[in-house]
Amino acid sequence: MPTFAVTTSAANANPEPGTRNSEPARLAPTWPTVRADFPTLHQQVHGKPLVYLDNAATAHKPQVVIDTLSHFYERDNANVHRGLHALSMRATDAYEGARARVAKFINAADPAEIVFTRGTTESINLVAASWGGANLRKGDVILLTEMEHHSNLVPWQLIAARTGATLRFVPVLGANAEGGLDLASLDALLTPEVKLFAFTHVSNTLGTINPAAELCAAARIRGIVTLIDGAQSVGHMPVDVRAIGCDFYAFSAHKMAGTTGLGVLYGRQPLLDAMPPYQGGGGMIAQVEYTTSRWKPSPERFEAGTPNFADAAALAAACDYLDALDRAEIARHDSALAQYAYDQLATLPGIRLLGPAKNRSGLVSFAFADVHAHDVVTFADEDGIALRGGHHCNQPLMKKLGLTSTTRASFYVYNTEQEVDALVASLRRILKFFGAS
Amino acid sequence: MSADLTELYQQVILDHNKRPRNRGKLPTANRIAHGDNPTCGDQCSVYLRLDGDRIAEISFDGSGCAISQASASLMTTQLKGKSPADAEKLYHEFHHIVTTGETPEEISDLAAFAGVHTFPARIKCATLGWHAALNALKNDPATTTTESHVD
Repeated sequence: MPTFAVTTSAANANPEPGTRNSEPARLAPTWPTVRADFPTLHQQVHGKPLVYLDNAATAHKPQVVIDTLSHFYERDNANVHRGLHALSMRATDAYEGARARVAKFINAADPAEIVFTRGTTESINLVAASWGGANLRKGDVILLTEMEHHSNLVPWQLIAARTGATLRFVPVLGANAEGGLDLASLDALLTPEVKLFAFTHVSNTLGTINPAAELCAAARIRGIVTLIDGAQSVGHMPVDVRAIGCDFYAFSAHKMAGTTGLGVLYGRQPLLDAMPPYQGGGGMIAQVEYTTSRWKPSPERFEAGTPNFADAAALAAACDYLDALDRAEIARHDSALAQYAYDQLATLPGIRLLGPAKNRSGLVSFAFADVHAHDVVTFADEDGIALRGGHHCNQPLMKKLGLTSTTRASFYVYNTEQEVDALVASLRRILKFFGAS
Repeated sequence: MSADLTELYQQVILDHNKRPRNRGKLPTANRIAHGDNPTCGDQCSVYLRLDGDRIAEISFDGSGCAISQASASLMTTQLKGKSPADAEKLYHEFHHIVTTGETPEEISDLAAFAGVHTFPARIKCATLGWHAALNALKNDPATTTTESHVD
């Protein structure tokens, strides 16, 4: 169990009499002892304490998740399903228990609506190949947005090429994409040819939080199927797939305190039941003849081969951990930290900040006129600060914004305001070194 | 700042990054090649005019980190007037410097890139422009990518 203590109020909500208003608001640590739960954080990099700000790429794991994974291998390891021996039954319980835990985590109606995959990317590829292959025809349109990660773009390009469907994009507004999606254009874009609308809940490059329920409602009244890329949202904020009203929701375990190699596809039961298999093999069949086979219902239909039950067990522990912290609190923490970072970074000379000025998720992406992102990342690394520099699997958006790369700082439950201060101080040194300030 | 970092970003490199030489398209070019690094999005085009067996003029254009831009800039100053065979020889010297940190006995600006070898992820940045130049000399206009050759 987590060892944190929950505090409920921000430190400066009611400043003491006499507090100078010119002082920047200091954030109270949301969970003062939460860092103790994450063993990887406690190390030095190049002689400096690690400041890990690359959480949008992958997050660190609390000890309870690492322990759940190693205990599974130490005690329960056996292949799931069909097994009649004790270990196999234990493993099956852990795996199906994880499915039920994940269903509860996102408020799915039934555990059978949870398909385990390798990651967000495979979840989206599954829908594109299976649902798209069965339902898309020449002349159909797949509606995406201009801020999609390559994983919610390239699978649709592939199925469009196979079926003759075409792609259409909801524009992103503003020279720095600060305006978010062009919602006013939705009515004109959601024409009868549109069969599917796929969009990201939270942009991995901009930090934009898209109005998922509103977008799904606009699609649903027109009978358009919806898929949400939840890689950056699940684990960072409360997510209720039924309140959002989506048909599919895809996410990865490793970005939400779980382990690598496991993803989730939520699909509404009637859609999953009508979809053909994605891959063939053991575990997904009802009966096999030499020339034909019949499939199991979902979710097993989409889980050919030995599934990743060990990481599923760890994901259930991650769900427990995050719920104990309270996902609404996590959203507040991440967002407040990103806002603090955004406001501090804005004081640096020549900086270009991307995405919304307010109401952002837990990341900030920026570029300097005279210093390239990769030089920034190399310098920051020498200060023990882990950042990401590059196109963030978002090349078309970068091109639209006239950029080839940005530097991104992304936050999670264990990051602090002091770490943001360390980042800003490091960036000031970098700018000075390159003679840009 | 660490010694490794000071070694990586030598004054010569910072200078070429801030004031790149021979930057821009070359209207008289008879050889052009383009290089890109799909991992990081760095791009470099090399334009050159080959007169017989001699590189009469050379320029580069593109975008990327200080290492890639400075390397391409310095390369243009080194290759002007050279034959394709000399260019190939210089590239091998340069490649040896950035992968081992060992510098040749004779004084060369290329030695400024010796610090790259302690940052293996940056070797591809340093060699991007060179690969484009060698492709141009081979009259191979196909885009070279850092994924299709071994550094």
